[in-house]
Amino acid sequence: MNDMTQNNLERALKIVGTRPPRPDGVDKVTGRALFGSDKSLPNMLVGRVLRSPYAHAKIISIDTSKAEVLNGVKSIVTCADFEDFPSEFVPNGEMIVNLKDITRNIMAREKVLYVGHTVAAVAATSEDIAEKALGLIDIKYEVLPHVLEVEDAEKPDAPVLHEDMMTIGIEPSPKKASNVAKRVEFGFGDVEKGFAEADLIVEREFTTQQVHQGYIEPHACLASVSEDGQADLWCTTQGAFVVRNFCSKLLGLSAAQIKVTASEIGGGFGGKTVVYLEPLALALSRKSGRPVKMEMSRAEVFTSSGPTSGAKVWVKIGVKNDGRIIAGDCVLKYQAGAFQGAPVGPGAMCAFAPYDMVNVRAVGYDIVVNRPKVSAYRAPGGPISEYGVESVLDEIALKLEMDPIEIRLKNAAKEGTIAPYGPKLGPIGMIETLEAAKAHPHYSAPLGPNQGRGIASGFWFNIGGETSSSITINEDGTVGLTLGTTDIGGSRASMAMMASEELGVPMDLIKPVIGDTNSLGFNFLTGGSRATFSTGMTVVRSTREAIEELKKRAALLWEVDLNQVEWVDGHARLIAGDEPKTMSLAQIAKQAGKTGGPIMANCSMNVTGAGPSLGTHIVDVEVDTETGKVSIVRYTAIQDAGKAIHPAYVEGQMQGGAVQGIGWALNEEYIYNDKGELENTGFLDYRIPVCSDVPMIDTVIVEVPNPNHPYGVRGVGETPIIPPLAAISNAVSRATNIRFNELPLSPPKVLAKLMHG
Amino acid sequence: MSKTHVSTCINGDTHEFLCDTQNTLLDVLRHELDLTGSKEGCATGDCGACSVMLDDRLVCACLVLGVEADGKEIETIEGMSSGSELHPIQQKFIDLAALQCGICTPGVLVATKALLTKNKNPSEEEVRFWLAGNLCRCTGYDKIVRAVLEVAADMRNA
Ligand code: FES
Ligand code: FES
Repeated sequence: MNDMTQNNLERALKIVGTRPPRPDGVDKVTGRALFGSDKSLPNMLVGRVLRSPYAHAKIISIDTSKAEVLNGVKSIVTCADFEDFPSEFVPNGEMIVNLKDITRNIMAREKVLYVGHTVAAVAATSEDIAEKALGLIDIKYEVLPHVLEVEDAEKPDAPVLHEDMMTIGIEPSPKKASNVAKRVEFGFGDVEKGFAEADLIVEREFTTQQVHQGYIEPHACLASVSEDGQADLWCTTQGAFVVRNFCSKLLGLSAAQIKVTASEIGGGFGGKTVVYLEPLALALSRKSGRPVKMEMSRAEVFTSSGPTSGAKVWVKIGVKNDGRIIAGDCVLKYQAGAFQGAPVGPGAMCAFAPYDMVNVRAVGYDIVVNRPKVSAYRAPGGPISEYGVESVLDEIALKLEMDPIEIRLKNAAKEGTIAPYGPKLGPIGMIETLEAAKAHPHYSAPLGPNQGRGIASGFWFNIGGETSSSITINEDGTVGLTLGTTDIGGSRASMAMMASEELGVPMDLIKPVIGDTNSLGFNFLTGGSRATFSTGMTVVRSTREAIEELKKRAALLWEVDLNQVEWVDGHARLIAGDEPKTMSLAQIAKQAGKTGGPIMANCSMNVTGAGPSLGTHIVDVEVDTETGKVSIVRYTAIQDAGKAIHPAYVEGQMQGGAVQGIGWALNEEYIYNDKGELENTGFLDYRIPVCSDVPMIDTVIVEVPNPNHPYGVRGVGETPIIPPLAAISNAVSRATNIRFNELPLSPPKVLAKLMHG
Repeated sequence: MSKTHVSTCINGDTHEFLCDTQNTLLDVLRHELDLTGSKEGCATGDCGACSVMLDDRLVCACLVLGVEADGKEIETIEGMSSGSELHPIQQKFIDLAALQCGICTPGVLVATKALLTKNKNPSEEEVRFWLAGNLCRCTGYDKIVRAVLEVAADMRNA
């Protein structure tokens, strides 16, 4: 029997590590690929959402009677159509969710908590009629004072969003409701003692603004519920099974009653891990008996889907004169949006994680405000806290006149280091990425006038989780793979490559597809950089099982013992005997009917052993001292991938993450007016980086294999968004000799600092 | 309100449709004609996912009214390949992994073809400014720009 867990770290590889074309490439360049809003059904209705115009208000009454009688309106749903739930927290990947909150976020109940909060939805025969019907729904509100910033939300006299919110994690537990949902703390040692021993201490406060994932495809879905209660849902999501489970609970249907098919997905970055339109479309379809399609406009995506937190971050680091960190302390206050669940836990856990700490403490507060409920965004929480730590470290390096890479090397976490959040780290690539950065020609290139170079590192955990996939050997020798994790950026290619490597057959004979929720066991979503790691693990194992079966069939045909057969390069080979005897996969497959029937295998597991991925970025900026505009002149991203299955898509993750980080650092922010209305609800004024804003993003893939994966994969998607914030801020600070502690570094903010210090 | 009769030529084929005056060309393509290759990322002319050619001019289909297509020639992503042959730009994007999620890809490809028709030898800067109206949130643009520069060179040498 092949060892299912054996790894290939030492084996010479033929496919893994190369750059073949992706299996879904042709569909994506011809317009054939179907995304969330690209599918239609006969007799379909259009669904539209009525949203709150107020940031905070009590709902006094909802009257839909006028809208109901409008010709062409087929169904209307409000909170009365959804069951209520008691408060209960369940993990959803890197975030925690609570059904009581989810049902209120998809459809407001007692109160509206942000501008854009859903209050009703309509399905009608046309878009125009649906829009008209929204205007006929009469809602009486009692407007309440609202609060947008964490520092205001914390005040004792702040308007309270949830009257039952008692801060968790504080002893004794408070008697009075507040906007602080919870307090978390991680760390070890004695920080006060550490600071007392320090030769130099730097303490700073930072501000970051709320930013959106900015996927180009708005949320969209198509639901069809038949008279017998069977529901079909097509939607753009990072996790079809997760959507199924949310929707089945929210609508009181069984898991077997809902089949979710994930469309091709036009970007997610964590934002498509929860439900918004899906339960509404299902409810509207159930009520009308007709298929219902719903799409968000771009403005709705900004106001009503989940961005990530804006935050206040306080960091204090003490070092010895040689640059060794003796103590690190931070307090993080993250906006949760209207419901608790800011990613402050992971933010606190990873704040100091790139370093080998002696005394460390990270405290985090999850604070509700009248903004849309945050959702995961690429390494949720990490970029914010690490931005603070990496900035202070840069300032310390300057003060000690130390090279910023040297100070990081001096403190770098390595195998055996106890992470600030508890566990002992396995092999990780912090030192390797720093060494690669130091050796890169970028690091020693000369700088021009008004230019500065910034360095920052980043740490992200990565996750495993529940995963299943299957493999079928077709009669003609081709191979099918059914995968349960959404392919968001080339994972079908990586899976086919691993199967091809194991089987020893060319990749173009292998067809990977993403299955619907009826075709496999539960798969947790694509997130936490887990797809290539976890689904890859199940693909390798099921492929090995299929190989065992192929060998058995060959043994039967040759009438020898199984142990007489080995698998080499896509063929069964008879070990004993004078003449070498082989049989190809295709020959065995053709005779499968005679030897026991179709050949297939599957693997289901709860994958553990994800390996953290470390990255270090180098950026050169140029500051226009007259306008305050910061330009990115040169950028190099270096990251430990463990093993890059398809290096082009690993580079793509690094480049895409870096540019999202550039947007976060330089431009992107939610801008609210004093009524709590978002003022920049389009791409024109919520400006994500465009092609002419950025240079080429140079990449270096470092490979320190993860021993827990057959090919050493770590997962690469999230780490690359962590270093840019601090790297750019450090570069601007070095270019101008002024420390910048606030993002985004947009021209007015930079100019103000240049003028007034 | 009565609908307007529009006759147009899309990817070389004659099409007739009825449309409300307020319907955009993008609505018509996607909803009336089932040509869903052109994508809607914003409907306000900011993302370029809906890029199409209208009488040899690169436009955002979300900013053109359906009735304006009357008597015009339209080219969409669906018309880029010929028979079973991909256009060299399409092939290059696959070869160089110049797409991740692929939602921006149709618009980027249409815009790229328009650029290379006008300018056979664009500089990196020209490519970046030409494509500045096509948002991509996944790739960081690096591989897109490389693909455009490389395919331009291939096409010059072909
Ligand atoms: S949909 Fe037309 S530019 Fe965005
Ligand atoms: S590939 Fe996803 S937006 Fe460009």
